[in-house]
Amino acid sequence: MKARTKFISGGLIVLGTAGYLMASSIRDTAVYYLTPAELSAKTVSDPTFYDTGVKVGARVVPGSIVRQPGGRQVAFAMTDGAKSYNVIYRGITPDTFTDGVDVVVEGRLSRDGTFHATTLLAKCASRYENAPQKGDDHYKSTPGYRATVNKA
Amino acid sequence: MILVGELSLWVALLMATWAATVSFAGGYQGRRDLVASGERGIYATLAMIVLAALGLWTAIFTHDFSFKYVASFTSANLPKAYLFTSFWAGQAGSLLFWCLILAIYSAIAVYTNRTRNRALMPYVSGTLAVVMIFFLATMCLGANPFERLDWIPPDGRGMNPQLQNPGMAIHPPNLYLGYVGTTIPFAFAIAALLTRRLDAEWLAAVRKWTLLAWFFNTTGILLGMWWAYVELGWGGYWAWDPVENASLLPWLVNTAFLHSIMVQEKRGMLRKWNVTLVVSTFLLAIFGTFITRSGVISSVHSFAQSPVGKWFAGFLILAIIVTAYLVTTRLKDLEAKAELESMVSREAAFLYNNLVLVGIAFSVLWGTLFPIITEAVRGEKITVGPPFFNAVNIPLGLLLLLLTGIGPLIAWRRASVANLQRQFLGPVIALITAPFILLIFGMRDVTAIIAYAFAAFVAMTVVQEFYKGIGARRRMYKEGVAQAFTHLIARNRRRYGGYIVHMGVVVIFCAFAGLAFKRENDLTLKPGDSRDVVDPFGHKWTFVSQGISRYDALNRQVTAVALDVSRDGKPAGVMSSEKRQHVDSRGQPTFEPSTEVGIRGSFQQDVYLVLAGVREDESAEIRVTFNPLVRWVWIGGALMAIGGLIVMWPQAKRRGVQAGYAATMHPSPTPEPARELVEA
Repeated sequence: MKARTKFISGGLIVLGTAGYLMASSIRDTAVYYLTPAELSAKTVSDPTFYDTGVKVGARVVPGSIVRQPGGRQVAFAMTDGAKSYNVIYRGITPDTFTDGVDVVVEGRLSRDGTFHATTLLAKCASRYENAPQKGDDHYKSTPGYRATVNKA
Repeated sequence: MILVGELSLWVALLMATWAATVSFAGGYQGRRDLVASGERGIYATLAMIVLAALGLWTAIFTHDFSFKYVASFTSANLPKAYLFTSFWAGQAGSLLFWCLILAIYSAIAVYTNRTRNRALMPYVSGTLAVVMIFFLATMCLGANPFERLDWIPPDGRGMNPQLQNPGMAIHPPNLYLGYVGTTIPFAFAIAALLTRRLDAEWLAAVRKWTLLAWFFNTTGILLGMWWAYVELGWGGYWAWDPVENASLLPWLVNTAFLHSIMVQEKRGMLRKWNVTLVVSTFLLAIFGTFITRSGVISSVHSFAQSPVGKWFAGFLILAIIVTAYLVTTRLKDLEAKAELESMVSREAAFLYNNLVLVGIAFSVLWGTLFPIITEAVRGEKITVGPPFFNAVNIPLGLLLLLLTGIGPLIAWRRASVANLQRQFLGPVIALITAPFILLIFGMRDVTAIIAYAFAAFVAMTVVQEFYKGIGARRRMYKEGVAQAFTHLIARNRRRYGGYIVHMGVVVIFCAFAGLAFKRENDLTLKPGDSRDVVDPFGHKWTFVSQGISRYDALNRQVTAVALDVSRDGKPAGVMSSEKRQHVDSRGQPTFEPSTEVGIRGSFQQDVYLVLAGVREDESAEIRVTFNPLVRWVWIGGALMAIGGLIVMWPQAKRRGVQAGYAATMHPSPTPEPARELVEA
């Protein structure tokens, strides 16, 4: 057998293995990424979506966050405007988790309609792009503003 | 100054357009005056972009909050150092920063090649100018750093506290220097394709640039990992987040290229492959930027959804079409000049190395894009997470590690049995004995044992190479060990620098494998409470809460827990972790609270303490994580960076060296000079 042929067969074995690993791990670990409305529709058409691992992207309903004293467990509501779910998450919440942020939760929806999250990622849309709004008097309180006022 | 900066952005766009037009025209018609004008256009673009950058810095340092950018990312009380780095804290500024680096790189490339590679240079300048046009146009029309607000806020929003960290200050510039560095090799590749001068010339011209990009990409990724580890408080440094993956993709492909380039130099093979890798590295760097900036893929890191994404997508598609056209129409010019002779050869080892690296890159790309792909195909977003990336990449990574040991030692063309015996006897003994030693010490994790066995194999090859090289120098030149060591590296930078990089890779793999033994413990401790925890090495740690303290610091309210720590009954100091609420001077909270982790590091493991919260009865909810071998990630990373620097360092013009270097640019059956020295 020519070296080239040997190499190609070896390469195919490597790529085949990689492909197999990818395919099998996608089968085992892939989860749906849904909005609350989509999850709701899914559970209506296919009840197996209860108690199945899914990922949900939604926004935290302002004022809904209830932390168990100590902060190990947190309950909140998430919504996409059309459908809301109550979420219970046990674990340390990320620093960016607060009212009104976009979150991605991974976990299972139980049949009582509560979402039990095992992971919680929070993304703050305003984290990087947060130009001040007109009439936002927050600025009057900043040290820089006070310094300017004092100088004047 | 600010106004000048604002205007110079537009002038820069004009200059770059001029440079692109006359460079291509000059190259096509062979008119030297036009080519020279194009190169002056590149310098002029640089000057204009420098002015624009100075303008933005002036606006930031003079606290001109009428600019949206300044008002969004800085405040009057921000420390000077962070005022400087706020230049790249946001979308528009980081685009300008990118453009600044590109302009500097381009000018250096044009200047250093003013008497070399003349046939390629018009197209190189032209391509670089086109890339600059893209960035400048994106800024002028999409995200202008000089955009004004319709009112002047008295103070700005300030910088996110998580970005106020030295790691965050130097991580982005490193990553940009790496990303942007891929543009120069890309421009040379395009020039070589356009002119059909696809021999060793363009490869020689881009090797240093590729190394430079690789070096900064490496340090950029590692600094990002370090920042995530010490600042984000989830106890790890890599989460397979899309943005992290985006920085890894060009690195993987670039690493593949750095190996396959040697095969083309020595044997004239892999010519199509090399062009493809260079071009792909650049495209993946742009893709990475697109991912970070468009909000297409949800990531904790990403910038807000912005129109810039469309610009990047458009540019990416255009670049893919152009390069695909160029490569496919020049396939005939890219025919290999030699064939693979044996599977037991260095070429074959490098080919497999490339296959694995590109395989990893492909799986990472696939996993990252999976939600988009499934949405396009099935109308539903399906995501894969860390389990997917680990399942695929741990086996591939181990194979890559093994090849790291085989590649450098096996002979070119066809390895003889004698070559194999001489080179691999020691490493194979290490490969076989390592698992037994680990089993005796009680390690039972199969993946980790394989990883350490492979690591022992590779480490042995590197040690053996240094041992032989030093021995040869001591015999031939009567040098001492230390002198022989430094001379060995200095005289063969490319080879021994490469070995040092490989050693860094070995160290990092060992550290990664240590993650298998990570242990997390959630504890709730009232003041005075004591809890015992056993670490992965079997030591008993005792944590005694000293209680909670609350106090106001300069710009934050701090809630801190302090723990008395002892290991196997011996005191090991105090550890603390804080929750910080940043406030302004009136005590109003700014940003979300942030966590300050406590880390007690050693070469064995990090004890990683996170305060999750405090209950009403003053008991602290804490998480104590034992992270084995984490410090070795940073040590391995430093080794990789040092090795990379050694390889890049300009070789002194010494007798024979230049000739030897030039000779290796053509396929030749002669072994490298250094090898003869070793085998003598």
